[in-house]
Amino acid sequence: MKTIKQALLGATSAFVLFVAAPNLAKADELTLCWAAWDPANALVELSKDFTSQSGTTMRFEFVPWPNFADRILNELNSGGKLCDLLIGDSQWLGGSAENGYYVKLNDFFDKEGIKMSDFADAAVNAYATWPKGTPNYWALPAMGDANAWFYRKDWFAQPEIQAEFKKKYNRDLAAPTTWDELIQVAEFFDGREIDGKKVYGAAIFTERASEGITMGATSALYPYGFKYENTPGKYDMEGAVNSPEAVAGLEAYKKLYKCCTPPGYTDAYMGESLDAFKSGQVAMAMNWFAFFPGLYKDEKVGGDKIGFFVNPKEKVAASTLGGQGISVVANTDNMDGALAYIKWFAQPDVQKKWWSLGGYAVHKTVLNDPTFTESQPFAADFLVAMNQVQDFWQEPSYAILLQAMQKRLHDYVVADKGTAKEALDGLVKDWTEVFKDDGKL
Amino acid sequence: MRRFKTQVKSVTDTSSTILGEAVARATPAPIASRIRGLSDRSMAWLFITPAIALLLAVNIFPLIWAIYLSFTNFRANRPNAALESVGLSNYNRVLNDPNIWQAMQTTAHFVFWTILLQTLIGFSLAYLIDRKFRGHAFWTTIILVPMMLSPAVVGNFWRFLYQPQIGLFNHIVSFLTGIPPSSFEMLGSVRLSPWAIIIVDTWMWTPYVMLICLAGLRSIPDYIYEAAEVDRASLWRQFWSITLPMALPFIMLAVLFRGIENFKMFDMVTLLTGGGPGSTTEVASITLKREAFESWRTGRASAFAIILFVAVFGLANIYVKALNKVKQR
Repeated sequence: MKTIKQALLGATSAFVLFVAAPNLAKADELTLCWAAWDPANALVELSKDFTSQSGTTMRFEFVPWPNFADRILNELNSGGKLCDLLIGDSQWLGGSAENGYYVKLNDFFDKEGIKMSDFADAAVNAYATWPKGTPNYWALPAMGDANAWFYRKDWFAQPEIQAEFKKKYNRDLAAPTTWDELIQVAEFFDGREIDGKKVYGAAIFTERASEGITMGATSALYPYGFKYENTPGKYDMEGAVNSPEAVAGLEAYKKLYKCCTPPGYTDAYMGESLDAFKSGQVAMAMNWFAFFPGLYKDEKVGGDKIGFFVNPKEKVAASTLGGQGISVVANTDNMDGALAYIKWFAQPDVQKKWWSLGGYAVHKTVLNDPTFTESQPFAADFLVAMNQVQDFWQEPSYAILLQAMQKRLHDYVVADKGTAKEALDGLVKDWTEVFKDDGKL
Repeated sequence: MRRFKTQVKSVTDTSSTILGEAVARATPAPIASRIRGLSDRSMAWLFITPAIALLLAVNIFPLIWAIYLSFTNFRANRPNAALESVGLSNYNRVLNDPNIWQAMQTTAHFVFWTILLQTLIGFSLAYLIDRKFRGHAFWTTIILVPMMLSPAVVGNFWRFLYQPQIGLFNHIVSFLTGIPPSSFEMLGSVRLSPWAIIIVDTWMWTPYVMLICLAGLRSIPDYIYEAAEVDRASLWRQFWSITLPMALPFIMLAVLFRGIENFKMFDMVTLLTGGGPGSTTEVASITLKREAFESWRTGRASAFAIILFVAVFGLANIYVKALNKVKQR
């Protein structure tokens, strides 16, 4: 009888342990969700320090970029518990704040002495605040980023190519500083034979499904003078979105697409741009700063062969904003652990290491360090870009606004439908309908 | 003799009795009668209830829910926002949206051309295979291969084939016409991209139409052809008077299946062009997906889905009535 009792006790204990063990383990674990790209690998490396200091095991859910928004927004909308921490796109802030998906961090920042003034102003505004221009913080700036350019420095340096360019355009061949120059250089290289291979002018973003062509075309639109509103916060888009300057910017983007992209380049985003450059197809390519450390390390096209330049200006200097802030998901079962990670991540030393590993820290101790601009070949351009970034709408209805722009731009640029003015007029009409539905107009 | 007959009858009676008993023994008594309080009818309900519950849960409930949502301003990405009734506003907007009519037109274009090509080629192949030439079984198997592949595989496979610089398709066209391979883009051109998808869908699903047509051709009794030959009817006459009319219900069935499938076409278009360039190949299902899961206008997407459902259901019903008339002739 005693044996039976012992056996029952043992079995019960084993059952309790079996049931309880996952909960205990879960309490010591944090899941961080982000996109699957180079900086995510750097974050895994960086987070090992957090694990060794706190004892918390870090798990990571990295989703490929084309599916990132679908996957994560579905998770948030359905009240899932996959992510304790989320490095989400800047455009999601409005919706996530208003729908209660993110934890408001003001009180936590005050309690822990985390100051937003320690981070670059543009980054705080873009990655942390909602509504814009107010000190309401829903994220800690985590990864500064902007759209920029890289080029084949070794091709640009070839004497015969330089001489031919000088003869043709009466100026030295160098990284373009304006959109006019950019198109000129792209035209010069397009169709040229280099090292026995036909090459093309530039790889740009034309992707239709997610955000590609919008991120690419705004890199032309902003410098030409495109604005979302005449008066910020008034949603008065007529004359701003479809201004003559904006029309000129869109026409410039289409000109670049038509003259100088490789064949079959009708639905290209980050991956395709990198592929075109790495395979030696193009003289120049646009992409996010996030990829630059990896490109510089590339044995075939990196090192001395690659050069970087900030998005060219035209009427104004401007760059399309990328990057993200890190937020605590309101639905988490491990609030304390998630907040502890934010506190750890905000430390200046951790931010310095983050930059050294390939992450783009926007903490002022990193950016203002006298050695920063020399720390990487693209660091100086990054500083310039982060001071001139412009972002897409961060409204709760950003997804509808983005889809409308994707359609209008792709129809005009890739499918040759209508004129630039008609495309932008149509965009004003689409966006007006959205803001009317939202009760903002 | 009478005695013998009696003996035979007796043996037959005995056999019947033995057989009857054996059948009786082999047939179980109604199971329900062994379980107290359960009739056979109750038992039948017990068995089909899970299936009915599943059907209600995965088919009927979502349909009713979608109908309900189509009259509201619900957005799946704003679950905390107040749910308001908007009456017929979603239907009104969908029916007055030029983009949606454009998508419907694109869909109709795909459905028309894919069905036409698949029916013509599929029936022709079935007619040839039905001749039972040497090696016909081998060729039948080869023809069926595309149909057996996953659309994901087919989509990616053809994306490579259509690649203007290294794709085999452009090189074959170049070899036949002399046009440089990188001078045209099947997936990037407004003019060619719809045809790029039609070619792939026809390549993949013609075997399916062929199989149905083959079943129709094999169901025609040989004696009808024999009678026609006795009457000295030419092959052409036999085809128009016997083969085609008798295979017509099967052809119509294939058209029905392919029509419904292609009206919902999504995977192939997504993989090949994603609806582009611009909106050139954006069929109704892609517009619906964008509305529901990219723009998150769930109420409006529900209204669009209901309109599509009613359209397919209505057209299919009319078509089935026509099919029944053809069968009765």
